[in-house]
Amino acid sequence: MVEAVWLIPAFPLVGFTLLMVFGRRLGEPIAGWVATLAAAGSFVSTVVVFFGLVALDIEERFHIQTIFTWISSGSFTVDIGLLADPLSITMCLFITGVGTLIHLYSIGYMHGDPNFAKFFVYLNLFIASMLLLVLGDNLLLTFLGWEGVGACSYLLISFWFDQGDEGTANAGAGKKAFVTNRIGDFGFMLATFLIFVELGSINYDDILTRSSELGSQTATLIVVLFLLAATGKSAQLPLFVWLPDAMAGPTPVSALIHAATMVTSGVFLLTRLNPVLAEAESWSLGLIAWVGALTALFAATVAVGQTDIKKVLAYSTVSQLGYLFLAVGVGAYVAAIFHMVTHAFFKALLFLGSGSVIHGLHEEQDMRRMGGLRAFMPVTAFTFIIGWLAIAGVPPFSGFWSKDEILLYAWDSGGVSGPALWAIGLVTALLTAFYMTRQVILTFFGRSRYHDPTKEEIRDAMVDRLEGAKGEVEQALAARAAAEEAAEKATADIDKRQEALDKAQVALLEATEAVEGSSEEDDAKAHQKLVKALDKATKAVPKAETALAKAQDKAGSEAAAIGDAADAVIAAEGRVLSVENEVRAVPRFPRRVTATTEPIELGPLGDHLPERWHHRQDTTPHESPATMTVPLMILALAATVAGGLNLPFTKDLHFLEHWLEPSLFGHEAKLSAGAGTKWALAIIAIAVGAIAIFAAFRVYLRGRVDPNRIELDGMVNAWWVDASYADFMGGPGRRMFDLAAWFDRTIIDGAVRGVATVSAATGSVLRALQPGFVRSYALGVGVGSILVMAWFVGRVF
Amino acid sequence: MQLLAQQAVQGVIPDVAWSLIAPFVVLAVGGILLITITSVVPALRFNGFPAGFTILTAGVSAAFLIPVWNRVTDDGPQSVVGGALAIDHFSLYSWGVICLAVFGVGALLDGYLRREGLDGPEWYVLMLMSASGGMLLVAAEDLILTFLGLEILSIAVYVLAGLHLRRSDSQEAAFKYFVLGALSSAVFLYGIALVYGATGSTSLSVIAGARADNPAGLNPLENSSMMLVGMAMILVGFAFKVSAVPFHMWTPDVYQGSPSPVVAFMASAVKAAGFAGLIRVFWQGFGWYFEDWRAPMIVLAAASLLVGSFLALPQTNVKRMLAYSSIAHAGFMLTAVQAIASDDTEVSVLAAEALLFYLLAYTIMVVGTFGVITLVGAGADGRGDGAHSLDDYVGLARSRPLLAGMMAVLLFSQAGIPFTSGFLAKFRVIAAAADSGSYVLAGIAMLTAVVAAVLYLRIVVSMFLASGPVVAHAATDAAVDDEADTEDGAGAGDDHGDDEPVDGPEVAMPRPAVLAIFVAAAATIALGILPIVDRGLLTDAATALVALK
Repeated sequence: MVEAVWLIPAFPLVGFTLLMVFGRRLGEPIAGWVATLAAAGSFVSTVVVFFGLVALDIEERFHIQTIFTWISSGSFTVDIGLLADPLSITMCLFITGVGTLIHLYSIGYMHGDPNFAKFFVYLNLFIASMLLLVLGDNLLLTFLGWEGVGACSYLLISFWFDQGDEGTANAGAGKKAFVTNRIGDFGFMLATFLIFVELGSINYDDILTRSSELGSQTATLIVVLFLLAATGKSAQLPLFVWLPDAMAGPTPVSALIHAATMVTSGVFLLTRLNPVLAEAESWSLGLIAWVGALTALFAATVAVGQTDIKKVLAYSTVSQLGYLFLAVGVGAYVAAIFHMVTHAFFKALLFLGSGSVIHGLHEEQDMRRMGGLRAFMPVTAFTFIIGWLAIAGVPPFSGFWSKDEILLYAWDSGGVSGPALWAIGLVTALLTAFYMTRQVILTFFGRSRYHDPTKEEIRDAMVDRLEGAKGEVEQALAARAAAEEAAEKATADIDKRQEALDKAQVALLEATEAVEGSSEEDDAKAHQKLVKALDKATKAVPKAETALAKAQDKAGSEAAAIGDAADAVIAAEGRVLSVENEVRAVPRFPRRVTATTEPIELGPLGDHLPERWHHRQDTTPHESPATMTVPLMILALAATVAGGLNLPFTKDLHFLEHWLEPSLFGHEAKLSAGAGTKWALAIIAIAVGAIAIFAAFRVYLRGRVDPNRIELDGMVNAWWVDASYADFMGGPGRRMFDLAAWFDRTIIDGAVRGVATVSAATGSVLRALQPGFVRSYALGVGVGSILVMAWFVGRVF
Repeated sequence: MQLLAQQAVQGVIPDVAWSLIAPFVVLAVGGILLITITSVVPALRFNGFPAGFTILTAGVSAAFLIPVWNRVTDDGPQSVVGGALAIDHFSLYSWGVICLAVFGVGALLDGYLRREGLDGPEWYVLMLMSASGGMLLVAAEDLILTFLGLEILSIAVYVLAGLHLRRSDSQEAAFKYFVLGALSSAVFLYGIALVYGATGSTSLSVIAGARADNPAGLNPLENSSMMLVGMAMILVGFAFKVSAVPFHMWTPDVYQGSPSPVVAFMASAVKAAGFAGLIRVFWQGFGWYFEDWRAPMIVLAAASLLVGSFLALPQTNVKRMLAYSSIAHAGFMLTAVQAIASDDTEVSVLAAEALLFYLLAYTIMVVGTFGVITLVGAGADGRGDGAHSLDDYVGLARSRPLLAGMMAVLLFSQAGIPFTSGFLAKFRVIAAAADSGSYVLAGIAMLTAVVAAVLYLRIVVSMFLASGPVVAHAATDAAVDDEADTEDGAGAGDDHGDDEPVDGPEVAMPRPAVLAIFVAAAATIALGILPIVDRGLLTDAATALVALK
């Protein structure tokens, strides 16, 4: 049955090929089901191989299946071969098991995505690469899987690359993951190279059995280089920065990459090479333990300050992986694998649960806008709570047993560092329980904040209202200007009327004089005419007077209107001020919230909230479809009972330890602590967990403590590590890159451009070749020749 | 000179075993025939006849390789034309690689020339001439013939580089290439003169014998220093041809300016012939002095690896990028060349296998890569050879998924991703370097392999992921990364800016070129997965090479 091992990677590989060719035609949801079936087939094969291994004698549980010889160069050969032993099959079991559930879940989660089929192509390829990583019978195949999962994660993280600005950020996150991992990969390559140079082989069979030929210094160097590789892939200090950013991808990706698979490969690699670790000087193991412990603590503090539901889990993953490194560093390989398995269950559960929340909330990831969701999504809430109990270390859930074992071995590793590592692990456990309780409360308990206006919506409302008030001022100003214009007109009218009156009066005088100066006898007809004119002039004067009076009246009323308009302007300006005060009076949007945080009192601003807020009032959070909740339930069950794999009570219950024995070559650390110590440590751990949960309840459920006093700025910003990397890359790193770019731009391109310009101007190619330019190349050839000749001549003497 | 002297004295034309040099004769005569036929029958100058004829010629030449190979297997290596040409598995293998290059470039040229309105036989004739020169170079056992081969190879390529008459870039490239090439040829020739002065012969076996007969070496202060300076100059000449740092400066300019299919030829046949010639001269002729020439070769290799991969990073022109990448590849091949220089025959064979595999793998993938560049280079107008910016590749996966897929395979191979021939090639070279004890160089090779991967990935990202101009984005990306997103996470989900999918370039796909690219991509994967050429071909050729010393 062990011979079926080739089927394990074959299934997803076939699925990948099928989907790549026919994926688009199969479409949704068939492509998803094909991929899920491929993963499930792989899982079934793994189970078959597992029972095959169980049936073998313990010494024979190291089955190598060679498929063909890939590289054959002299005595050095590399096979495409698979190694089935308890370690690799354990890894395969949870990779394919959890992987199948994630595939199933993705069918629901990716519903309606235009690239539905492509997503499953990547998922299947990812699973295949991961299986190759753990099953490969030599370092090169492991490296191939190592690179394969890296490439897939790059593709999956930037899956939503074409969504505007956010898409650019997604692509950026993918790039970051790629570059960070490349640093680690270089460590992997160098270490492989060293093993090849020392042993002449890179097959695990040779490495594991002949590790004693390495010598302790070489072994140490190899271990340190592999540690570098592992810190990249498993997101440990200092190379963890890519993982939180990797949250840009679709949620199942986060689950797949974080929980089950890729990030554990560093730990797998170190466990696989345990005979080499055993050869290395002890400080290198200490280094592994301390890297793990410090990462665990560091990431746990950062997780406390995060508000993005997935980022909390991302930092939590970094922190939990730190535990695994700690375990490997103190030689507790079984505990490491144990915690890896339980973590795969509960962290996949938590990630998928958070995905379900995000899905139900229409792509909302900010926990400040969640709350009270257990009423809307009971299954998600229930399963998430189980995941919480498991990771918080509450017995009898699985996380308690595995974490406790790591702490026990840390304590037991002795010296000064043992208890110190244990203490750091304990503080991490405390923080873990605290931030996970915080997350559960903020997400599922308290008042539902989903319908509260968001910071952006409030800002929009403010802008809307302020602009309204400012519009009023402008209206008043316009009215005042109109009134002033009218008044001016009126004044002009008065002048005109006055002039008309003056003219009329002059005409009257003239007419009077004319009448008096003439006599009726001289010319009766003319006299008659003059009298008529006088009559007319006499009548015109009072008319003009009336007009003047009217005009004066009008001017008066216009002046009054100006006054009114000016008053209106002042009033409107006053209103702007009051609106500004009103806006200023709106309390700041809380950076940290608790279950008791009330919605912001908006007052009259409430009428100005934007359309999308109104739109959201019509929707409610909803529970996810069965394809998503069924995997949650299965994982919840696993997260509850997985502790049974390795119960500490009697030797007979150490199932995992017995099972892994053939893969560990007796390098598992031996416990010296007695039952009393074990119980004491366990009780301390439980007590610490209980205190943390209680404290988190006080802060976040009851609101008795201001969260601002707990979530320090440093925690929110990951202690600025990422920012300082960015500064470095933006500063000295960027400058180095710029220097190379400058050199090329100025010296080389500049010359080319110069040539091109001149050639365009003159149209003559020959003239365009500035003599200094080709000469400078020739100079290069000359100098190079002289250097080469100088070396040769030097050989004469 | 001995050979020439003999002829002068005896007036005898040496016996020529025509059947053994048939592959070479076919290629050279094919070129002459092509120009004759097309001068006589003008109708045959266009529309595929010259390309078909060229491909046929290369095919016939390659077909002749098989019986010759078998004959060498049976009768052992042959020395023909009065000891001037060596017909052994090594030269035959190299000839095969050159034939492959002619094959691929012939298929690329056809569509390109029609598109550019430059159709005519002269391109093909020049290429056949150049390739026959390359064959001469790799098989030559006499430095005079080596020089002759090198010049036939080069001069035709100088002309080819400038044959795109409407592009001043092309003529500028040709001019630079010619001037600097002439300089390096002069140095090379002077080196031959000095070696002749020191040993009294230009025949590689006599030169080797001068040392072999006299274990104490040549007369210390006179002849040996002359010999060493001569070797240095010959090394410079080859280093220029294979664009090793610091003799690489022409490469980016010439690659950028020359017609794209011609660049494919330069990077494949010219480079392969250059390396094969280099190792023949240095191993067969100067093998006794390997401790002298190994160190400078290590330095050249390291410098080429570092300069090639680091200076490639800031480029935004794809042809320029690949020019630097070809410098880095030259570094890898030099790494293999220096590893051949070992006292341990087994190590030498492994290193020779690494070099020969690299030559084959690189030839195939570089022809394919520049094939895609040829097609994409047409740009929006459908003609011209100027669309080589990264931005011109944006969205290619949408508009031409097959082309983009093949390009991705070829670039992954150049980057050395497993299950491609490029990976095995690099892997073998690094293993060989380690075997020969050059750990530092092996480390540098690994480092630069990692660095260079970024370069190839940039092109792949443009084709598959980028949704806007990449070059402009490069700066903003960093800004997006840096944004410490602590408070403004809220509301991010509400406004997905739905960008219209950018349409990729509508690249014309002439069938012969696409077929050639497809074959290259398929061969790249096949060579990467199955050890097809490992046992047999490769080992035979490598053993023959190592036995030359």
